[in-house]
Amino acid sequence: MKKLLLLGDEAIAQAALDAGLSGMYAYPGTPSTEIMEYIQSSEQSTAQNVLKEWSSNEKTAIETALGMSYAGKRAMVAMKHVGLNVAADGFINSAITGVNGGLIVVSADDPSMHSSQNEQDSRFYGKFAFVPCFEPSNQQEAYDMVFDAFEVSEKYKVPVLFRVTTRLAHSRASVSTKEILLQKNLSIPADPLQFVLLPAIARKKYKILLSSYESLKGENRISKYNNYKDGFNKKLGIITCGIAYNYLLENIIDSLNEYPVLKITAYPFPKDIIKNIIDTCEEILILEEGAPVIEESVRGILDDSKKIHGRIDGTVPRDGELNPAIVAKAIGLPVSYGQEIPSLVRMRPPSFCNGCGHGDMFNSLNEAIKSSGPGHVFSDIGCYTLAALPPYNSINSCVDMGASVTMAIGAADAGLFPSVAVIGDSTFTHSGMTGLLDAVVKNSPVTIIISDNSTTGMTGGQKSQATGRLEKICEGIGVSREHLRVIIPLRKNHGENVRIMKEEFEYKGVSVIIASRECIQTAARRKKSEK
Amino acid sequence: MKSDIILSGVGGQGILSIAAAIGLAALSNDLYLKQSEVHGMSQRGGDVQSHLRISDEPVLSDLIPYGKADLIISVEPMESLRYLPWLSEKGWLVTNSNPFINIPDYPPLDDILTEIKQIKNHIIIDADGIAKASGSARSGNIVILGAASPFIDMPFGNLENAVRKLFARKGDLIVEANLKALVAGRESSMALKI
Repeated sequence: MKKLLLLGDEAIAQAALDAGLSGMYAYPGTPSTEIMEYIQSSEQSTAQNVLKEWSSNEKTAIETALGMSYAGKRAMVAMKHVGLNVAADGFINSAITGVNGGLIVVSADDPSMHSSQNEQDSRFYGKFAFVPCFEPSNQQEAYDMVFDAFEVSEKYKVPVLFRVTTRLAHSRASVSTKEILLQKNLSIPADPLQFVLLPAIARKKYKILLSSYESLKGENRISKYNNYKDGFNKKLGIITCGIAYNYLLENIIDSLNEYPVLKITAYPFPKDIIKNIIDTCEEILILEEGAPVIEESVRGILDDSKKIHGRIDGTVPRDGELNPAIVAKAIGLPVSYGQEIPSLVRMRPPSFCNGCGHGDMFNSLNEAIKSSGPGHVFSDIGCYTLAALPPYNSINSCVDMGASVTMAIGAADAGLFPSVAVIGDSTFTHSGMTGLLDAVVKNSPVTIIISDNSTTGMTGGQKSQATGRLEKICEGIGVSREHLRVIIPLRKNHGENVRIMKEEFEYKGVSVIIASRECIQTAARRKKSEK
Repeated sequence: MKSDIILSGVGGQGILSIAAAIGLAALSNDLYLKQSEVHGMSQRGGDVQSHLRISDEPVLSDLIPYGKADLIISVEPMESLRYLPWLSEKGWLVTNSNPFINIPDYPPLDDILTEIKQIKNHIIIDADGIAKASGSARSGNIVILGAASPFIDMPFGNLENAVRKLFARKGDLIVEANLKALVAGRESSMALKI
């Protein structure tokens, strides 16, 4: 046993390594990125021959992990919450095929949208797919639960969802490790049709899934984490989960015996633990980070009693992440603030790094598109989304991975001309390629600018699957050679780059401009390591 | 013993190195700790902060409640003011005097310093200048750590060891330069404290 100082993300990664992980699959996304990064840099994972390459997107990641599970070995996938939307097809159906080797799907939610487009709650996906969901509230619990999650996955033959939120993912604490388990041996499923979801088979397997979801409610490896602590003051009972539990304890540590507290840490939870606290307490407060998932299930659609308080009745704000002050107010405790922020303090939003190639590309784009007026540029998810802000004000959309290409096609269909998409290299190989194929097939009058910095920049510079392959990919998809242009976004090339962009904007067919210059952050790191 | 610390600055200024040094020191002192960090989008030149909580009893919340921070350590003067709602009445604010200007409407530095001086317990030091004078221009963040060290309830030797450990793989020269920066920061702060 060792004691390590680990982020929540890293605790999950270390636990997986100690629990006999054979393959780790992921696409970078805040706040989940550090799970794969930790495994990639771990000497233990190299010594244990753990597979640990980034995947092109979350869908390919989960399917690859399912293949590893098919072959009898333990696999883990990690993604941010919106990544689970991309992986949803594989995720939902993997519940019906079931698993062979244990499979954990980590989804890191980002309430308050620190680095995200929405604050969806992954626990809905657990219920949706009928798979168990673990939700640790601290780093040690995250570590310990990974072992149980693998066991539950193999015992019930289902994937297990593992939900963390930003504050746990990125909070560091000391973690005690367990003895290292050996990896599983290669073994194909006993039933050769287990993974064949032909309707006749899928119908049978779906019934099995539904019944195993019910039996999970009695599973000790899940229920042992759902902890009830009695209290003498039955005026209020508190149901909580995840990081909200920590904020609650912070507020009630001096009177720990006062209120009954039920901590839900794994789903599905049995009815009796909920019924017990509701029957014995006059009022119930539900504290959960994210959506009111527990609250809705406890209330049910018919409940309009005033007895239950939480995000739905407004005792706790409906959106945004929690903090100790919000929890204090919800319990009725006073909140003390320090001094106010002086009025001279200005906002400091994120911005392009000095010398960033995206900036030079947008300067040229702004000039080339100027005569067309506003509203012609669709964009995507990455550092370059910052061009929506001053001083660039260049882009008019950022929706989901790859949507720049397809929205540009739709707008061109509607008659917008020119219709331009700006997408990063990694986002392009994640979900932009299929859209480009649509454009080529119907010869849409669109220009796709791939702002290629040879890395996945926003999440800290992970390997991009696109590096060195973009031209061949575009040619292979069918972009004609004379409308496949490669430029270097440097100030000295500005005039020429504007000219090339204008030429392609005027072309009434598919054109691709690859604006290629290495991310200055990864370039600096590379130069340093080469010294 | 309990020390709730907010570290602040601009993405890329090295506040996580300060946090890592205090964290290592706390662990070697057998203390409990939780440290909440900001990763992702804000790291691109935006404001960043880290909540660091050290205690001889288990730490509960990953975030410091408002009004409960014992110390704000800032590598940038305007950023030090952004976290005043967290500072307790008896708390100290230790900040670098050198601004990091990457926004068009950055307020006049004198106004910022005037605002900081209105806080009862404050230390303003020229961390970049002190770092340069001690022969390691890039160690401004470690100078600030040194300047904050009198307000962290831990033996200074633990912090020195942590800095040694943190920079060990970069070689003896870098270790020595950072230790010098740490001591120089501490001394300049002690001189102001009295």
